[in-house]
Amino acid sequence: MIGRTITYSVLLIATLLFLLPIYLVVVTALKEPAAIMLSTTWQLPKVWNWDSFVQAWTAFLPKLKNSFVLTFFATLISALLGSLNGYVLSKWKFPGANIIFPLMLFGMFIPYQAVLIPLFQFVKSIGLYGTVWGLVLVHVVYGLPITTLIFRNYYAEIPDELVEASRIDGAGFFNIYRKVIFPLSIPGFVVVIIWQFTQIWNEFLFAVTLTNPKSQPITVALAQLAGGEAVKWNLPMAGALLAALPTLLVYIFLGRYFIRGLLAGSVKG
Amino acid sequence: MKWTKNADNWVAALVMLPSVILIAIFVYYFIAKTGYTSLTDWGKDPSQALSAHPKIKFIGFENYKDLFTGLINGRFRQDLVSTFFFTLFFIAGCLSVGLGLAMFLDRSPKGEGLFRTIFLFPMSLSFIVTGTIWRWMLQPQGGVNQLPSLVGLPPGKFGWLTSREQVFQFDWNSLPLFTALVVAMVLLWVAFSAFRNGFRRRALTALASAGLLIAWAFTLGSSVQLLPFEEKHGFNLAFIGILIAAIWQMSGYTMALYLAGLRGIPEELREAARADGASEFQLYQRIIFPLLAPITLSAMIILGHISLKIFDLIFAMAGADNAPTDVPALLLYVTAFRSNQLATGAAIGTILLILVAFIIVPYLRSQLRSEVRR
Repeated sequence: MIGRTITYSVLLIATLLFLLPIYLVVVTALKEPAAIMLSTTWQLPKVWNWDSFVQAWTAFLPKLKNSFVLTFFATLISALLGSLNGYVLSKWKFPGANIIFPLMLFGMFIPYQAVLIPLFQFVKSIGLYGTVWGLVLVHVVYGLPITTLIFRNYYAEIPDELVEASRIDGAGFFNIYRKVIFPLSIPGFVVVIIWQFTQIWNEFLFAVTLTNPKSQPITVALAQLAGGEAVKWNLPMAGALLAALPTLLVYIFLGRYFIRGLLAGSVKG
Repeated sequence: MKWTKNADNWVAALVMLPSVILIAIFVYYFIAKTGYTSLTDWGKDPSQALSAHPKIKFIGFENYKDLFTGLINGRFRQDLVSTFFFTLFFIAGCLSVGLGLAMFLDRSPKGEGLFRTIFLFPMSLSFIVTGTIWRWMLQPQGGVNQLPSLVGLPPGKFGWLTSREQVFQFDWNSLPLFTALVVAMVLLWVAFSAFRNGFRRRALTALASAGLLIAWAFTLGSSVQLLPFEEKHGFNLAFIGILIAAIWQMSGYTMALYLAGLRGIPEELREAARADGASEFQLYQRIIFPLLAPITLSAMIILGHISLKIFDLIFAMAGADNAPTDVPALLLYVTAFRSNQLATGAAIGTILLILVAFIIVPYLRSQLRSEVRR
């Protein structure tokens, strides 16, 4: 009985601490700029001011669009390539695959700071600096290790006999993929797409080095807004909510798959 | 059948080829290029930094020498020390909060799913969103500092992100000494456990190496002078705020890992231990914690490499120019992309890579090896 009480009190206090920042964000976003004072931070707004969201929405709309374009294409391409790679690595192992795969995986752990300078020059030299497409390219490439890894582990569970049987029926590499592997891949794609979506939507380092104000995604715009001096805090708070909403919704509704991606990131899955 | 005889095998290899080439260029060629750049003087002459065909001279390890012992690079050295302490406390915080939450959730309370969702949701946020939120939470006269006033206490005064106070200070010149002593301790421990497990050869080698290191530390080591002057570095208290935000965001991850681990321990094992008269405390100490050790190790490695690279969170919370909360990743950004000191930036990037590789390469190796055995 005492054990139960302690369990629930600890969990409730932890819940309170985890949600405290969210309370503050919402309350601040709903206050009138003039009513935001440091000494009354925690109080509920006297007048509910929805205007911050309208303002943040209009200010951030182009950036949100950039984020959506970027995330959509980069996620889709990296997921497709990852699926094909995973198929090759699990069912069509070529000589040297055991060396290439770890070398690929290492690419997902490197500090991107170690490639940032040549990357910046490369993207500039192919004329994609300051465009969303440059960022798409970068996210596709650095997304390949994790998408390949997840699909490889996923396809390893599909019995080889299934592939072997279609092979005997005369199906080739692509036909087997289309008729056997791909139809079984939906859960794998869900995990990978959710993972990549979250990662790319939230990413900042590449975005801040490779884009200009016209092509920057929401994270960069938000960091600049909040980092500006003399900022009225209702706006960054509303902006933070807007920036968080897509990934938060995905997490709330598809959390199971999100966690699977999370655990796959620690390699064995 | 030989691999080369089947046309489909070639198709498969060709399908993977583009990805392999992309990774070869974007990871390995770029790393090599960064490495080479770090050995040049690119950016030392401002007029050459931005030109299309810069004149670059090879200068060897000059940039590294400058970073570790140069007069003006105290900032980099402090950043390294900061990263070290940050990583230490970040890992400790995430592990203990995550383990604690997982242990309470493991008792299957009502609403477990909801609790889990709440503890894990910060993981789905961008470090930029987290940073923006906590920047506001940690305003000197607001947010967290105002919390005591809600219950009638005077508001806090701590400068969460701006405090210049430093603890655990030490002189940069004694770094080789400390490093040698720490490595010697580890070796002694290795020797001890090898001895206990009956690997006498290994125990003796480790013991001898440790002895050598200690001997070096107390004779030559104590007289090594990296700098011609004393330079104090330590843990900046301004990092406490960053740590709180980072642990708030990432402890859900360790919770998920530990919870999965706890759920994997068969109930019979606990029953058996209880039947043998083990107390709850002994049960955890003798049975559950040892079984969770591999998870702890994985979590430490994943968290450690995140922590070494940390950039966005601090950028959003304090900006790139806030000296008390600087780390190498931020310094690289400022050095290479604002001051155009490309070679120095490349050197910092290479140092970061080496640090990360130290923990990731053995990890990947053991993970893939155990997979083959499976």
